[in-house]
Amino acid sequence: MKIQVLGSGCPTCKKLFEITKQAVKELNIPDEVEYVTDVQQILNMGLMSSPVLAVNGKPALVGFVPKVEEIKKAIQKNISQQ
Amino acid sequence: MNLFYPIEALADWLAYTVFKLTPHSVAGESINFFIYDVVKIFLLLAVVIFVVSIIRSYLPPEKIRNVLAHQNKFTGNILAGLLGILTPFCSCSAIPLFLGFVQAGVPLGTTFSFLVASPMINEVALVLLLGLFGWKIALIYILSGLAIAILSGMIIDRLKIENLVEAFVYQNKINSSLDLPNMSQKERIIYAKDYTLDMLKKVWPYIVIGIGVGAWIHGYVPTDFLAKYAGSGKWYGVPLAVLIGIPLYSNAAGVIPLVSALTEKGVSMGTTLAFMMSVTALSLPEFMILKKVMKTKLILIFAGIVGLGIIFTGYIFNLLLG
Repeated sequence: MKIQVLGSGCPTCKKLFEITKQAVKELNIPDEVEYVTDVQQILNMGLMSSPVLAVNGKPALVGFVPKVEEIKKAIQKNISQQ
Repeated sequence: MNLFYPIEALADWLAYTVFKLTPHSVAGESINFFIYDVVKIFLLLAVVIFVVSIIRSYLPPEKIRNVLAHQNKFTGNILAGLLGILTPFCSCSAIPLFLGFVQAGVPLGTTFSFLVASPMINEVALVLLLGLFGWKIALIYILSGLAIAILSGMIIDRLKIENLVEAFVYQNKINSSLDLPNMSQKERIIYAKDYTLDMLKKVWPYIVIGIGVGAWIHGYVPTDFLAKYAGSGKWYGVPLAVLIGIPLYSNAAGVIPLVSALTEKGVSMGTTLAFMMSVTALSLPEFMILKKVMKTKLILIFAGIVGLGIIFTGYIFNLLLG
């Protein structure tokens, strides 16, 4: 499974990256969270807001930093859909 | 009945009963003014930011882009200005917004209309204007801000300066299919609540300091003190206000309360409006960031057109409002 946080490198994006790492750990997912700062990749997903949390290349959360619990839910929802 | 009567009562009670200040004394009036404005502004901010965030969760920039990509230029500029009001703007979102719009086929002028309106007409500035200047000035600000955004975009379209955008921008074409995660009603409310709290956390020190200094000016600076420097008769007032406003972007929340106190001391309304527009619309950090995607000449043209629009607006309202 590929879990990515994409952002422009701004403080908000780094915050999402940190919280996502925590969420992934709490969910006992062995995969590493990848941090992408190439804005073009966000655009190629059809998105324009940063930060983005993507699960297997599909956006799960866009444009804001929620609490850990919300991130866990978003990750689980996307895994069960795929 | 005055909607803000309970806040007035609270301010009176705190200033005159709790702090035991004398009514109609300078200190008493200043503290009363400070408490009243702070409580009123924060209540208004909480309500308005929450409502705007809920609306925004239905209209993210990705949807706005897809609407704008299918408009002809004239209606596109107007829509871009209106939709810009809803979108929050920080200089870190300037690049993804610009690239996303242009690569999805939104015309350059329409993109600029959006880039002007988005930071200039935002909910925090509007609440402050409404709370401190009243609805007429807030409305004048919105309408002239929109006019500047729409006209600047139209002029940039006419100039045909797409060649001043960095070449790589047009090499990428993105698909504008929408694959946004669905949000439930509950998630929207949580998002709006978090966003509102975040925003209040970010702006409160500026607002409290701005209102505090404003309250001090209100009480201790003589009326008309500034009239001879910045009254409506002074031709250089407006352009000077615009220049001073350019580096002040990050402090817009603190600048507006400060400026509202200065208008009482003789700064004319047109000059004040021009100053606030310059603070919000012309931002040095944003220009630096935009250099990654466009040539300096385009940034100068853009800033020049918007700057002239603001100066023109300032002169008009100095004539009309005195």
